[in-house]
Amino acid sequence: MTPALAEERETYLSAGHGIKSWLLTKDHKRIGLLYLFTVTLFFFIGGVFATLIRLELLSPHGNLVSSETYNKLFTMHGVVMVFFFLLPSIPATLGNFFLPLMIGARDLAFPRINLLSWYLLVIGGLFAIFAMVAGGVDTGWTFYTPYSTSYSNTWVIATGLGIFIAGFSSILTGLNFIVTVHRMRAPGMTWFRMPLFVWAHYATALIQVLGTPVLAVTLVLIVCERTLHIGIFDPALGGDPVLFQHMFWFYSHPAVYIMILPAMGVISELVSTFSRKAIFGYGFVAFSSVAIAVLGFLVWGHHLFVSGQSFFAGMVFSFLSYFVAIPSAIKVFNWTATLYKGSISYATPMLYAFGFIGLFTIGGLTGLFVACLGIDVHVTDTYFVVAHFHYIMVGGAIMGYLGGLHFWWPKMTGRMYPEGWAKLSALVIFLGFNLTFFPQFILGYLGMPRRYHVYPDEFQVLHVLSTAGASVLAVGYLMPLIYLTWSLKYGAIAGRNPWKATGLEWQTESPPPVHNFDEIPIVTREAYDYSATVGQEVPVD
Amino acid sequence: MSFRLFPVEASSISAEVDQLLFFLLAVAAFFTVVIFAAIFFFAIRYRRRSDNELPRPIHGSIPLEIVWTVIPFGLSMVMFTWGASVFFRERRPPDNVLPIYVVAKQWMWKLQHPEGQREINELHIPVGRPVKLTMTSEDVIHSFFVPDFRTKQDVVPGRYTTTWFTATKTGKFHLFCAEYCGNNHSGMGGWIYVMEPQDYETWLSGGTPGATLAENGQKLFENLACANCHKTDGSGRCPDLTGLFGKDVKLASGATVKADEDYIRESILRPEAKIVAGYQPSMPTFQGLVTEEGVLQLIEYVKSLGPNPGAGQAEGLAAPGSR
Repeated sequence: MTPALAEERETYLSAGHGIKSWLLTKDHKRIGLLYLFTVTLFFFIGGVFATLIRLELLSPHGNLVSSETYNKLFTMHGVVMVFFFLLPSIPATLGNFFLPLMIGARDLAFPRINLLSWYLLVIGGLFAIFAMVAGGVDTGWTFYTPYSTSYSNTWVIATGLGIFIAGFSSILTGLNFIVTVHRMRAPGMTWFRMPLFVWAHYATALIQVLGTPVLAVTLVLIVCERTLHIGIFDPALGGDPVLFQHMFWFYSHPAVYIMILPAMGVISELVSTFSRKAIFGYGFVAFSSVAIAVLGFLVWGHHLFVSGQSFFAGMVFSFLSYFVAIPSAIKVFNWTATLYKGSISYATPMLYAFGFIGLFTIGGLTGLFVACLGIDVHVTDTYFVVAHFHYIMVGGAIMGYLGGLHFWWPKMTGRMYPEGWAKLSALVIFLGFNLTFFPQFILGYLGMPRRYHVYPDEFQVLHVLSTAGASVLAVGYLMPLIYLTWSLKYGAIAGRNPWKATGLEWQTESPPPVHNFDEIPIVTREAYDYSATVGQEVPVD
Repeated sequence: MSFRLFPVEASSISAEVDQLLFFLLAVAAFFTVVIFAAIFFFAIRYRRRSDNELPRPIHGSIPLEIVWTVIPFGLSMVMFTWGASVFFRERRPPDNVLPIYVVAKQWMWKLQHPEGQREINELHIPVGRPVKLTMTSEDVIHSFFVPDFRTKQDVVPGRYTTTWFTATKTGKFHLFCAEYCGNNHSGMGGWIYVMEPQDYETWLSGGTPGATLAENGQKLFENLACANCHKTDGSGRCPDLTGLFGKDVKLASGATVKADEDYIRESILRPEAKIVAGYQPSMPTFQGLVTEEGVLQLIEYVKSLGPNPGAGQAEGLAAPGSR
């Protein structure tokens, strides 16, 4: 198709104009873009907090900001990044946009609820922003009691309500995905022909729907104890502070899988597309997502090994935690095996996929350390844990998110991003990330506790390295913001299927028409069958 | 400014934890190298040479799936078992411990020796002798963390948690609060001073402790008029406390509880929670009338009433008299 024709064709972008056409849209693609805009905003707000934290930690004496301010910075960094960026990032943007396209549907099952879920995220976000502007919150994103209920003098309730409301956004998105996958697959799109991205989102949706209500209950109880002094968590009122930790992690451990499973789904698409091979062990990769979702609900107690929880409970939770490691390992091995005798392209999305596998491997393997009772006693609540979960949530989830964003950018916008800049930014992010977080493993084992505003001099060298890395990382994150925006106007016209990928989303126009497909496709092949999309066959030996 | 990459091993458990760490590091390094090498090798060997390449699909291999499920599972079970056994030793104090009582609050550590010495943000202990900490908090959750001992235990308001260690090196070691506790969290640190036994004895006698913990507890017991009801001949409205500690107590509800630190603390602060069989709930609460440190002194006093004042927990009490 020539560029001239592309401009005449009506797309989901040109189908309506003006702010109202966006704010009242029921098109999953437009809602995906609304989410994209929103979470990007929150990502950079959270990034500003991270920058200030790293700058403060350049010096061991805490001389940039006060302790009060520092405590608010790491709290708001965590709250914004977890609840308003990571949780909605892939599912609500890429999932919203591509899940219907990938199964050959015209929209999600409940378009109005889909729009409502975006408004809920925005309203929740406004509560959180209000709390930040009004004076901030200092409880840590974990809201441990009785500090959060009886001692903190900051905006705990506003923040808690913000997260509570945003939680319903997550629940409704999950509900929408589950129903859509069950009811709206195109003819011939059987469960085992679905792209692994869809499997991963299905598993994610199960967690969103089953786990998030527990967080909502927990937050309501926090608000009740803070306002009405009902004794639930504060022992001075007859409550139990460790009960809070059980309830909080019952959601918040699975929540980590809400962040990482969709990224794993993205990586499956990328690894297959850019090695032009069916995913090795499709069934194992698909079911490992479901296994992670289910097992994720049984391991929360590994956050409580030193909380006073009984020895026996510690043992059971450690044992079960090792079970989660297995499906994660299965995925990594299968992705690696997919490369074997493939036709491997080094396009930007694939660089992100390589980066993801490398960082997730390190993040996952260090998960074995923190699941290990004898070691966790020493490393819990230190920078070792900080490094571990950043490898998963930043090294994993954000690499997956950026990889997916580059991969589908041509489909979303109809334009290519500038490949050279994109490759450079992927490299800068990978190097910056490792320089930021690898030293933190060493810091943690040395005994540097997390959430410390001032720290002993002997930890300074490693902190300086980490801050240097964070500076590189910040540059890496700003680059896509600039060149992706630039590409909206100046990028090369992408065409339907620049990667010769197999998903149904690549069979429609770029950007897609309002109703996704002129004609609903009929699926006759397995997922990842490249014989249909690659023209002339040149076998690889 | 000193710079290290690895912490000092200063307790009996340190080396055990480090050996476990090295095993996990070896496993992690092995898998990292295998996966990175495979990715680099495949990415270079099978790089795309023409845009129209169509590799032959390979759909998977059940034997391979079994291999890379079973091997990681086996290794992870070794990690689990080894880790749990280290944890078991970390959590189970030996006999003959030196008991230390810890009360944490925003933002300081208050430590009491059985002989009556009190310290703030500092703890002096002898090398080579197991030390058991019984800890509680006056406000929020804190966590007692000594990195060079590889030990950490949350300190929770409303209950006692315990931990123990045997220092193996003399010197000065960081004490950190590891659970975020508010504004001055990172300032809630201090030092553990590990001394030769004779230096420790000198240190102990150097202070002016006045009275032992149990003696202070006895004074408190008298001041609060506890003895009016808790009569030693069993004729009072409340049970006789002689020989109580460590025994099983039959409750009015029919249940049986062990008379440990938590039980005595609860009976002082919330007496109505567990009523001893044969007695009426007549005791008022002492919540707010007695501090956490006072409660610990009262517990030490009850311990000193038997059944075996010379053994186990109360062993430290015998020390002042024998010196």
